[in-house]
Amino acid sequence: MNALLIRSRWVILTVVVFVVITLFTAEFQQDQTTAVLASALRQSTPLVFGALCGVLCERSGVVNIGIEGQMLLSAFVGFMVASSTGSLLAGILAGMLTGALMGAGLAGLSVTLQGDQIIAGAVLNIAAFGISSYFFQQGLTLPSGKTPQVSFGPLADLPVVGRVFFINRPLTYLSLILIWVVWFVLFRTRWGLWTRSVGEVPSAAETVGISVARVRYTNLIAGGCLAGLGGAYLSLEAVGSFERMMTNGRGFVALAVMIFGRWNPIGIWGAALLFGYASAVQTQLQFRGWLADDPQFIGMIPYVVCIVVLAGFVGRARPPAAVGQPYSRE
Amino acid sequence: MPDHLLPLGSPTAVSDQVGVAASPALEVQGVTKHFGDVVANEDVNFRIERGRVHALLGENGAGKSTLVNIIFGLYQADTGEVRRNGEVMNLTGPRDAIANQIGMVHQHFQLVPVLSVAENVVLGDEPTRHGVVDLDEAAAVVRRLSERFGLEIDPQALVEDLPIGIQQRVEILRALYREVDILILDEPTAVLTPQETSHLLEVLRGLADTGVAVVFITHKLREVIAVADEITVMRRGRVVGHTTPADTDESDLASMMVGRAVELRLKRTPASPGDQVLTVVDLVVNDDRRTRALNGINLDVRAGEVVGVAGVEGNGQRELVEAITGLRGVVSGSIILDGEEIAGRSPRQISTMGVAHIPEDREKFGLIGAHTVADNMVLNRYHHHPYSSHGIRRPGAVDDEAARLVEEFDVRPPNIAAMVATLSGGNKQKVVAAREFSHESKVMVAAQPTRGIDIGNIEFIHRRLIEYRDAGMAILLVSAELDEVLGVSDRVAVIYGGLIVSCEPAEGIDRDRVGHLMLSGADG
Repeated sequence: MNALLIRSRWVILTVVVFVVITLFTAEFQQDQTTAVLASALRQSTPLVFGALCGVLCERSGVVNIGIEGQMLLSAFVGFMVASSTGSLLAGILAGMLTGALMGAGLAGLSVTLQGDQIIAGAVLNIAAFGISSYFFQQGLTLPSGKTPQVSFGPLADLPVVGRVFFINRPLTYLSLILIWVVWFVLFRTRWGLWTRSVGEVPSAAETVGISVARVRYTNLIAGGCLAGLGGAYLSLEAVGSFERMMTNGRGFVALAVMIFGRWNPIGIWGAALLFGYASAVQTQLQFRGWLADDPQFIGMIPYVVCIVVLAGFVGRARPPAAVGQPYSRE
Repeated sequence: MPDHLLPLGSPTAVSDQVGVAASPALEVQGVTKHFGDVVANEDVNFRIERGRVHALLGENGAGKSTLVNIIFGLYQADTGEVRRNGEVMNLTGPRDAIANQIGMVHQHFQLVPVLSVAENVVLGDEPTRHGVVDLDEAAAVVRRLSERFGLEIDPQALVEDLPIGIQQRVEILRALYREVDILILDEPTAVLTPQETSHLLEVLRGLADTGVAVVFITHKLREVIAVADEITVMRRGRVVGHTTPADTDESDLASMMVGRAVELRLKRTPASPGDQVLTVVDLVVNDDRRTRALNGINLDVRAGEVVGVAGVEGNGQRELVEAITGLRGVVSGSIILDGEEIAGRSPRQISTMGVAHIPEDREKFGLIGAHTVADNMVLNRYHHHPYSSHGIRRPGAVDDEAARLVEEFDVRPPNIAAMVATLSGGNKQKVVAAREFSHESKVMVAAQPTRGIDIGNIEFIHRRLIEYRDAGMAILLVSAELDEVLGVSDRVAVIYGGLIVSCEPAEGIDRDRVGHLMLSGADG
């Protein structure tokens, strides 16, 4: 018992710190505690989508720094389609398609043309910033409103947990399901084994008859769909409209989340919750008027957490061995 | 494609009744392959028969690997054809070769280190249940295969945790899992100890006896004579001979490979050692993962002798070399050069004090590929007189010295302005050797000095080592090639698990016993 306590002292300490911060932030009130936690989950959702995109790309050996751009343009296209057709579903699908096309573009540049993957990703970002700003029109609205809330009957009535997990909107539920789907695909299926092989030693995969190009294309396009969902989440579920640069760096934070989560979807969920939580605490503190004269310092919190975590973990986590290297047979 | 005409009456199809004599398992006819301006294969003809071990022999760059990569579908021939059981194959990739029951064990293992043995074996052709990879079934398959062919292995182990010799088993098992008819092994013994080599040769013989055609690429003549049924020799992209062990011997084969008569046995006089120059005392060093690589090594080298360090790679050789040359920190113990402590000094200080170094990885630690031969020749002394004065380089002095060394060490092409990256492996090594030998050092640390270079250049480097030994240099030779250690050294030290487990005169040493020490650290 004693040994167990000592071994898990960091876990216990962390939990205690979280509980104290949460209760303090929420002024020791249940409804505010719930609000902070629910906000943490909401803030983590786009990070989950973005990081799942990242994990599919990097596990197959392609660095994707274009997630920010994929999410931004998907948010824009998704919003425009939903706004003009009045159908949220059409908007979401359009967002996914946008992400997928950008994923295919990244694959074209980095797999077929064997260009530098960082530059290819930067191209996606610049294109997305430019296109979404250029075509953006003020004053458009969603005729259908945001995606509706769905509550799970009696589960939703549980204190704290009920409101946090069981009264949410569809894309949030979808993200929670996709975490497990991506994990299952990566670590249990044939495709996942192929993906991991291609990301580690592409020439080994090629010699047993696996097409490196096919695996990378497929993963980049599938990852693009996920990033597209992340973008659609921002414009159609979280905010209900499009704003210039509305991703606000989330695509890059998603990469940090992916690394902190050790390229594992379940780890990613934990990491995304941490960053979402930092954002939620920040919002709550601003709401309470802390440091109201210099709100920038409160606004920094999520990014400071990001820097601290990355500085502590990047060196220790081991990325897929072939990440960033174009593959050619000869 | 069909610019090569079949001889009249040659069989184009085979039926079971005709039997093995009718058409070979695989036949390469008139294959030519260029890479840019380089001709890798020219009009190559090559036959592989079922149930036979066929050795493909040649120097580096002779075109052996290109040929088998064409057979395996990794490269496509420019002209010529590959026939399987008499029928032309059009291979567009390894997938097609696998479908034609051709398996390959690559020189650089094509394994995924972070996956398990079982996952690596079934990769690309996994047993699944409802879309889920059935790892239990995969492990069971590996166990069955490993029992049947005498290749003991733990299916659950991660490949990265296995020693090189065992990793090779994974590659062989992977081919066997696919029930190959033709198994090609590219330099399979380059990384093995003598014991592992003889075990591998037994396994190959056993495979051939079950009817598999085994193709075995090597440049080690001893193995060829020992195991092959047939021998094909390549030189400069062409097949220059086809024979059997009964009709030839090692020196014949060497001449065929090189195209001129070659001294296989190094001519050498006994050493006349002087004072102790390099002394390593209780040296403890960590590896990159901060675990112990050397656990208190003791070793000494005297002026005018070659001490060879034999051992399976990964037993601390690299760390020993790096510690002596200052590239790696020392945990405890001391390294004494002529009475002075050098442990903890910088590589440049150590080099200036008189330790020359031919590094194991010449591309990474020995040369700057994008610089000229001249600049590389003075990398260890460019900052000294006469190569620079008052901090300004003097290209004339550099060029004079480089021209002298290029001639003395026979670097080809003899162009000091050529970029080093454009030279062949053997000539790159000559540049490193020229620079290090000409620095008037007391000690030479030569790590794998002949790795990946051809017989002619190996002979050259070995002769130089002996010449400088006779001139009074103390030479520490570290090599994974046991034949090299035994052939060049005056004393042989065996390193195992970060310790020197034996150190004795090379004269009359028992090869098998050294092999055993390398493998287990103890006398059998």
